[in-house]
Amino acid sequence: MPLLEVHDLGVSIGRLQPLDGISLQLDRGQILGVVGESGSGKSLTAMAIMGLLPLIGGRIHHGSIRLDGTELVGLPEPAYRKLRGHKIALITQNPMTSLDPMCSVGFQIDQVARLHLGLTATQARQRSIDLLQQLRIPDAATVYGQFPHQMSGGMKQRIVIAMALAGEPDLIVADEPTTALDVTIQAQIIQILVDLVRSRGLALMLITHDMGVVAQACDQVVVLYGGRVAESSSVAATFAQPAHPYTKALIACIAQADQAPGSLQGIPGMVPSVADHAPGCRFHPRCGRAQALCQTVVPPLHSARHGQQVACHFPEGAGHG
Amino acid sequence: MLVPVFLAVSLVIFMLVHLVPGDPIDNLLQIGSSPEQRAALVARYGLDQPLVVQYGVWLRQLLAGDLGDAIVLRQPVTELIAESLPHSLLLGGLAFVFSAVVGVLAGAVAASYRDSALDRGVMAFILLGSTLPSFWLGLLLMLVFAVQLEWLPVSGARSWSALVLPVLTIGLHGVALVARVTRAAMLDVGRRDFVLMLHAKGLSHSQIQWRHVLRHALLPVVTILSLRIGWIVGGAVTIEFVFARPGLGSLLITSINQRDYPVVQGCLLMLAMAVMLGTLLGDVVQAAMDPRVRDSLK
Amino acid sequence: MSAATAATIGTSPGRSAVVLALGRTLRTWRGGLSALCLLAVVAAALLAPWVAPYAYDAQNLQATNQAPTLAHWLGTDEFGRDVLSRIIVGARTSLAVAATAIGVSVLVGMSLGAAAGYFGGLFDRIVTAVVDLTWSFPEVLIALMFVALMGAGLQATMVAIAIAYLAQFARLTRAQVMGIKNETYVEAAVNLGAGHLHIVFRHLLPNAITPVIVAGMLAVGDAIILEATLGFFGLGVQPPQPSWGAMMSSGTAQIFLAPWTILGPGLAIALTVVSINLFGDALIEALDIRNRLRDS
Repeated sequence: MPLLEVHDLGVSIGRLQPLDGISLQLDRGQILGVVGESGSGKSLTAMAIMGLLPLIGGRIHHGSIRLDGTELVGLPEPAYRKLRGHKIALITQNPMTSLDPMCSVGFQIDQVARLHLGLTATQARQRSIDLLQQLRIPDAATVYGQFPHQMSGGMKQRIVIAMALAGEPDLIVADEPTTALDVTIQAQIIQILVDLVRSRGLALMLITHDMGVVAQACDQVVVLYGGRVAESSSVAATFAQPAHPYTKALIACIAQADQAPGSLQGIPGMVPSVADHAPGCRFHPRCGRAQALCQTVVPPLHSARHGQQVACHFPEGAGHG
Repeated sequence: MLVPVFLAVSLVIFMLVHLVPGDPIDNLLQIGSSPEQRAALVARYGLDQPLVVQYGVWLRQLLAGDLGDAIVLRQPVTELIAESLPHSLLLGGLAFVFSAVVGVLAGAVAASYRDSALDRGVMAFILLGSTLPSFWLGLLLMLVFAVQLEWLPVSGARSWSALVLPVLTIGLHGVALVARVTRAAMLDVGRRDFVLMLHAKGLSHSQIQWRHVLRHALLPVVTILSLRIGWIVGGAVTIEFVFARPGLGSLLITSINQRDYPVVQGCLLMLAMAVMLGTLLGDVVQAAMDPRVRDSLK
Repeated sequence: MSAATAATIGTSPGRSAVVLALGRTLRTWRGGLSALCLLAVVAAALLAPWVAPYAYDAQNLQATNQAPTLAHWLGTDEFGRDVLSRIIVGARTSLAVAATAIGVSVLVGMSLGAAAGYFGGLFDRIVTAVVDLTWSFPEVLIALMFVALMGAGLQATMVAIAIAYLAQFARLTRAQVMGIKNETYVEAAVNLGAGHLHIVFRHLLPNAITPVIVAGMLAVGDAIILEATLGFFGLGVQPPQPSWGAMMSSGTAQIFLAPWTILGPGLAIALTVVSINLFGDALIEALDIRNRLRDS
């Protein structure tokens, strides 16, 4: 049984529905990339899984989220609290602001272990320092007593990762964990996450807008557009032969090391706002392969070649286009 | 920073005697004093010297603890102040603690139960508390609790229960302000990213509010409290008079009425110093509370 | 480009914006009701001699300390004088003193603040230092200091109030001016040879004036309280002029016999000040200048 099974999840905020029926699944030891531009609903997916939608004024409209067989939608809050930090952990994209400025970082890591594993202060302290060492933080004992403002962004993100690991989670949801960091640090952090998954048998949902990161780290990938799944498949298959036109365009956007300056590719048009989604296929206004059908009928997610799932009437490599 | 301010304030207070219409010597002496007493005063204060020198002399004597003699009561001013100061400190101190503690609690409760009946009730009370003039509130409380219900004494300082209404009067005004700032600060902090992270770690709403958010919210509260020290002093002066309690405030007002300038100078000086010291203390506490400020000061 | 054209490029926000905001305020419950109360108080103050049922000093020693009756709506005091009439006449004193003092305070404060913000440098530092000094001191203390200097009475009360509230107008104006003086349209005016006075009056002040006026209005409420407090101490306007504060002061002597002598003036003060605060708050929201007011 997969660790995480999301089926037809819809999220609404007020009268809008930014997330409209997405499905995905994730096994232990796997890394799933959830890709999309801003506005595609990927952060909402993270919030929905964590059960934190009410904090941003949203709620689950329909669908199911199963963690290890347990249904999370409609789970009472006390039970959900036991899962957060313990079975599912969150890493957000703002290392500069995710930590409480008035507590030492050591305290903040200890907090998770003491809350969920019932450790004493001394036990938690030792454990936290161990964690910091495993994350290759030099001089872990000193760092343990420091405050967030005394560290760099990259270091802070490692602390956040330590916080995520402290409760011995099965699933880590990382929402754009490297977006706010220096390019040089980005690769390091991604590598740390990959190593953790491999060595501890965790599952990682890596949310990003960068296909390059997906290529580097992920096993499976789900591409979101306009609140819906555009394509879902293994990374190998997608990069070999992207099925959805949007995926193809995203891959083309990845900057090459030897690319000529000024030749970065973009996708024409803009991501639609939630309030004015196009009827039919939401990507059709920007799609080079769009036909009359695309403007009226929503393409269902169906199987394509190489085990891919794609929501397109005229997927790449299927004849037309 | 404190020193130039103190010098400026003391200069103004010193000039009091010279700016008031009439001979400064007469302002410091009882009517009908003998020529010898006048001569003694002139010698003591150097009243025939240029103003600057006089100020210097006055300041020196001040720092040595000599504030002159009261005209009406014929006691050294320092004695009178020493008698009154403890009463004022007690009143001001209790009122301050009351505003701080009750205000923070009220604001925290209002923020934690945001938009509930409790929140609305607290905020309505706050609105009322901040618009009623304090001396009127004092009289109202006096009417209700002392006159009508006869639970508490009307005035004076003969018993501990006489402190209740005065402290409540000054304090309630402060509670209104502190509660409003606390509530706003907590709601503001609650919107920050690290609070989301705390939820993601599995902490409960009340744990987060009371153990994390409140601490952050206390920073602006301390700022506002340190700014309002002056207000507590002002409130104490008024309320002492309203409830006929002994203290620096009553002493000041009585001596203004009686044109007893040495006492007026002494009281004004003490009260001004209280305000300045209080503000300084607030700055120190603020630095102690925020590790970021501590580091920036190193 | 002529100086005239340049001057029109960055002129003050239209007066109509303020008028619109005023209209919006008056249509709300909070704004309209409080404005009505204020109007009633001001009308009573202006028309006092004609509105008051009795002369404020008409004694009736056979009817001292009477509870409210049909003849005397708010009862009588220890000399048999009608409390209601004294309150109405007292409104004149309170409002006149407070409004005049605040008016002067606004003028002086704005001038100092504008000059400090505009010229900067040493002048600015000195003004700021002095203003900040009065800022942390309680108004009561400052007022008492001036009363001690000048003796009790009307003049001292007005000067004391004016100086006590000077700081906030100076700070507010200074902040506004400093925010605006670097705008391009001011630079343009300078380049075209406009004199200092012209720049200050034509460009800087009109923008700064709205928040200061609103702050001034709210300060009148505080000033009424300060005036009443001084009156309560016996240091304000002297008898026979009735003043709300002094009435409450003499009322405390009869607190057991005739509590209405305190309640009457107290309610008058509370009503006036609460109305001013509510109206001011509603106006601030309608004009949406809460941010600009936080600079003080």
